[in-house]
Amino acid sequence: MKVLLGIGGSDDSLDALERTVERAVEAGDELTVAVLDNPESDRSADEVIDHASSVLEDAGLDADVRHLTGDPGSELVELAGREGFEQVVLGGGERSPMGKIRLGHIAEFVLLNAPVTVTLVR
Amino acid sequence: MTTDTDAPGPFPTPPHAFEDADGRDITVRSLASTDADGFESLVEMYDDFDPSMRAQGIPPTGESRVRSWLDTLVGGDAYNVVAWHGDDAVGHATLVPDGDDAYELAIFVHQDSQGCGVGTRLIRTLLGYGAANDVGHVWLTVERWNHAAIALYEKVGFETMNAESFEIEMEMDLSTARVQTDNTG
Repeated sequence: MKVLLGIGGSDDSLDALERTVERAVEAGDELTVAVLDNPESDRSADEVIDHASSVLEDAGLDADVRHLTGDPGSELVELAGREGFEQVVLGGGERSPMGKIRLGHIAEFVLLNAPVTVTLVR
Repeated sequence: MTTDTDAPGPFPTPPHAFEDADGRDITVRSLASTDADGFESLVEMYDDFDPSMRAQGIPPTGESRVRSWLDTLVGGDAYNVVAWHGDDAVGHATLVPDGDDAYELAIFVHQDSQGCGVGTRLIRTLLGYGAANDVGHVWLTVERWNHAAIALYEKVGFETMNAESFEIEMEMDLSTARVQTDNTG
């Protein structure tokens, strides 16, 4: 399956990266990693790109890593439609001090607007 | 004590005893981190919690997840109050420090004790408990379709801060809240 993973550098997105790479190796998915400019994340896009590349290398998976600039949600949805991805994968949300799951703004936008199935990794 | 009519409250402090709309004697008490029996009663309440009433991933499913979730709430620096009907915990409300000088609030009432005023008494007693312990800024998030909860939060004085996402964010400044000295009613 042609899978598009969107990560912005939040903890849940990095967890989604590990799990999606693992899954892609098992299932033989054709994976593209899109690094997004997430204003809610403390990590820079360059740091996230380096991290993604090293995770892919460790797993021995050949996958594109791209930096998407501009509005993260709409760029990701646009790319998914334009290049015929079958699934979009995102982090499953951060936890509040109380333990409540909070979806980021990117996840909300993509869930409502993506033309294909969206998976939230938990 | 202030006479500011815009200030939230007055809120009771625990222990707070009352008769609910079904005529049952209910007492809201604070829960100490050392109260092992109270903790077990709370685990029982959450273990029996109607899954359809879960909100934003809590309470978690399964006893072991419930235990570790409650451990972090009751064992840490949070303020916890429990509504008791005899030896049964029927409601729980908590103020959890967010590491940024503010507190996140949540409240859960067992499905068999809903609709009889327990939730209102419980949250008001939690706010009194927080105010008496110098808790200032309190916030919460609630799913936008959860009208009953939103109405409860508005009734006790929460104001909506952000309604742009799936969840509504509400807050209250407890630093000016009035605390009720007579806790019988």
